[in-house]
Amino acid sequence: MARIAGVDLPRQKHVHIALTYIYGIGNPRSARILDQAKVEPMKKVQDLNEEEVNRIRQVIEAEGLVEGDLRKEVSMNIKRLIEIGSYRGYRHRRNLPVRGQRTHTNARTRKGPRKGTVAQKKKATAKT
Amino acid sequence: MARSTKKGAFVDGHLQQRVEAMNSRNEKKVLRTWSRRSTVLPEFVGHTIAVHNGKKFIPVYVTENMVGHKLGEFSFTRQFKGHSMKAATESAAKPAAAPKA
Repeated sequence: MARIAGVDLPRQKHVHIALTYIYGIGNPRSARILDQAKVEPMKKVQDLNEEEVNRIRQVIEAEGLVEGDLRKEVSMNIKRLIEIGSYRGYRHRRNLPVRGQRTHTNARTRKGPRKGTVAQKKKATAKT
Repeated sequence: MARSTKKGAFVDGHLQQRVEAMNSRNEKKVLRTWSRRSTVLPEFVGHTIAVHNGKKFIPVYVTENMVGHKLGEFSFTRQFKGHSMKAATESAAKPAAAPKA
């Protein structure tokens, strides 16, 4: 029923939570949007009438980027860094942390699961 | 925290003077500089600036997209040629031997 920015909102949830299902909208932005659209944040999505949904749509439209457009902008920014040959672009290309974090240990979010050496695997299996 | 916009972008004076001199004479020469901390200004576009990386000067051809970044971002200070296979096998052998002893 309530389809905003190409995303179906969960009907059972309060609007201020439901809006965060849209990429680019978190809690603060959701609160701001509802404040501007003059919609009760604690109202359930299924209880919204068509007019309120439209008001929310308009506010989001006017307020900034969400979903596809935002994703596009982010990836364009990264592409730019890579193209100009900057250090940050180089770190993106290698899938390593970009902002100077340590990589001796940790950095698993960027590096992905550990590629253990054979010895490490042996140790792990011996312990268990 | 970001730098105050009131002050404008930081550029070392000597570098800016040399680029402006080149612009007024309409010439293009490779500029050697150690000033990695300088911001790339719109005036730099089209020049090639050789930025020191601690060992040698890396030529950087400045394009429009680079404006606002620092020169040092384009002159890498580390080189990584990949891990040698020998070191990998050695370090793999050591921890395996340790628990036995």
